[in-house]
Amino acid sequence: MFQNAFPLHPARVHEVCGPGATAFAAVTCARARAGALIWIREAWQPDRLNPLGLVDFFDPARLVLANAASAVDALAVAEEALRDGAVALAVIEITRPLDLREGRRMQLAARAGGTTGLCLIPEGMGSNAAESRWRVTPLLDQGPGREARTMPGTTPGDSTLMHWALIKNKSGTTGAWDVRWNRKTYRLDVVSPVAQRPGSAGAPAGGPLRADLARS
Amino acid sequence: MLEANSERLYCLNRAAEAAGLSRGMSLADARAFCPGLMTDPARPDRDAAFLAVLRRWAMRYCPWVATDGRDGLMLDISGAAHLLGGEEEMLSDMQHRAARAGLSLQVGLADTRGAAWALAHHAPGRAAPGQTAAALAPLPVAALRLEAADITGLERLGLRHVGDLETTARAPLARRFGPGPLARLDQAMGRQGEAVSPGAEPPHYATRLTLPDPIGLLEDVTEGTRRLLSRLCETLQQHETGARRLCLTLRRVDRDSRQVELRLAAPMRDAARILPLFQRGLEGIDAGFGIDQMRLEATQVEPLPAQQLGVRSEGGGNARLEDLLTRIGTRIGLENVLHFQPADSHIPTRAFRTLPAAWSAPGQGWVPPRPRPLRLFSPEPIAGQGARPPERFRWRRMALVTARATGPERIAPEWWFDDPDWRRGLRDYWLVETRQGRRLWLFHTPQDPGWFVEGEFA
Repeated sequence: MFQNAFPLHPARVHEVCGPGATAFAAVTCARARAGALIWIREAWQPDRLNPLGLVDFFDPARLVLANAASAVDALAVAEEALRDGAVALAVIEITRPLDLREGRRMQLAARAGGTTGLCLIPEGMGSNAAESRWRVTPLLDQGPGREARTMPGTTPGDSTLMHWALIKNKSGTTGAWDVRWNRKTYRLDVVSPVAQRPGSAGAPAGGPLRADLARS
Repeated sequence: MLEANSERLYCLNRAAEAAGLSRGMSLADARAFCPGLMTDPARPDRDAAFLAVLRRWAMRYCPWVATDGRDGLMLDISGAAHLLGGEEEMLSDMQHRAARAGLSLQVGLADTRGAAWALAHHAPGRAAPGQTAAALAPLPVAALRLEAADITGLERLGLRHVGDLETTARAPLARRFGPGPLARLDQAMGRQGEAVSPGAEPPHYATRLTLPDPIGLLEDVTEGTRRLLSRLCETLQQHETGARRLCLTLRRVDRDSRQVELRLAAPMRDAARILPLFQRGLEGIDAGFGIDQMRLEATQVEPLPAQQLGVRSEGGGNARLEDLLTRIGTRIGLENVLHFQPADSHIPTRAFRTLPAAWSAPGQGWVPPRPRPLRLFSPEPIAGQGARPPERFRWRRMALVTARATGPERIAPEWWFDDPDWRRGLRDYWLVETRQGRRLWLFHTPQDPGWFVEGEFA
């Protein structure tokens, strides 16, 4: 069930990969408990986080950015932040595979401080110590009513359909869900795959059903 | 020096005085008197700084030293003269040391502040106790620190010397000149008191601990630091300031010294909070044969008024976060721990700034004009033609097919900045949703046709 997997297990370090990893991290930030958030990255990375894009998920004033000079510094800062517990969530952008010792140290630090950690990893560079690993890919929203939801003359406000695949889970089963982030209400909706939506050929009788209820 | 829109003489050397020049004279007049005059622009701020240094030096003679005007020092040597063997010896010592430093000193010593001023300015020397009136009598009335108008007035009446003033009836003088000249006269003669008010010492944020035996264990050094910190924090508490940067100097037995610098993410004066932050720095210290002196100095302090505690608990959370940022800052540098701050620009990459979290508050009031991408990168060119987004394009070695495009949103460059990224002129931004799922932020430059990818949406 999605509810068992998604608000990520607290005081653990999780991993996310795939092209939608940043969006996953943003949703996780929005779902974290109140308090500051820290986003750790290496200073050389050329792309930048855009706070004006983060506004759709959470208040960028909560975010502290740490630009570390090297991967080792980034991990040290992450461990410090996780162990301290002053921040609600630590997001770490990883650029090289972690060995078991580094992954385990992060996991222990997260447990000591009660802070949740989230590593954004390149594809296939996961660490065995991670509590769960997600692969997130954005999806083109083709469902019926898509055009109706788009106000004429404005950009579509809900074009955030994503496919979240839980590909590793230490304390439960894996799974895959299509989710959509609602920018207006700051809510994460699980949507049925296209074929099961009301109105489509393969939809179950009896009107709309929430996908997670239908699947469980 | 430039004063009231004219150039005037600020101070002169003896040769210039001998040539008949005086202070406050206009530069044109001075040049007429003395064609070979060499001038330099006056720097009153540097003079004041030097006078402050001199004041500190003068504290070797007595603890009660005040600055007087822009070039004078006033020392209250009551009870201090015998330490140097008497007043004469003190004066000669003072002259001697000043001469060695290349200064010319005019010293007056008398029973009262006014009399000493008069002697120093008009007849350098010493008036023995009780001889004040006799010493002052032949001096001009200007020696009484009077207003220029009063001096002229008194001289017109024929009262040229202090002695004349002393023997004249007081009542008519007071009627004519007001209480000023008589009060000054009384002050000089000691009939009216006048105190020397020394400048306040600036607070000194440093403590020192000298040890009888050298130490080398980390626990011992930490304990020493704790003692120094608690003393320093008391000083900080008294002056309602907080330390921003601390410097711990450990002197070793072999006279070498090691320094630990700690930069804090917020002004702080809580010893129990600062001590753990020193831990990382202390661990890296090589104690050598042992440390026998420790000195802790707050090299940068900021005002930190006392705050009401206990009403709301959110202060605790902030304090923890500040401690964490300090610890992270000691590792990667406080300038690399950043906040976002909104900026007033419609250029997407300039609509926000990142500022060090230690010196700024996080920005409020984020209002994106339209949905903006989560990530921005420097524009990456793609193949495309025309004003509509290309049907198919390759980006980062992926073949993408446009499914839906929303736009355009035209953004013009800020012409008042010469930004090399915007040399291609106007940009028409499009939100392009691809069949493969990626949602990209493309722009077209109509003035110099080309297509680029600048960001990716959630």
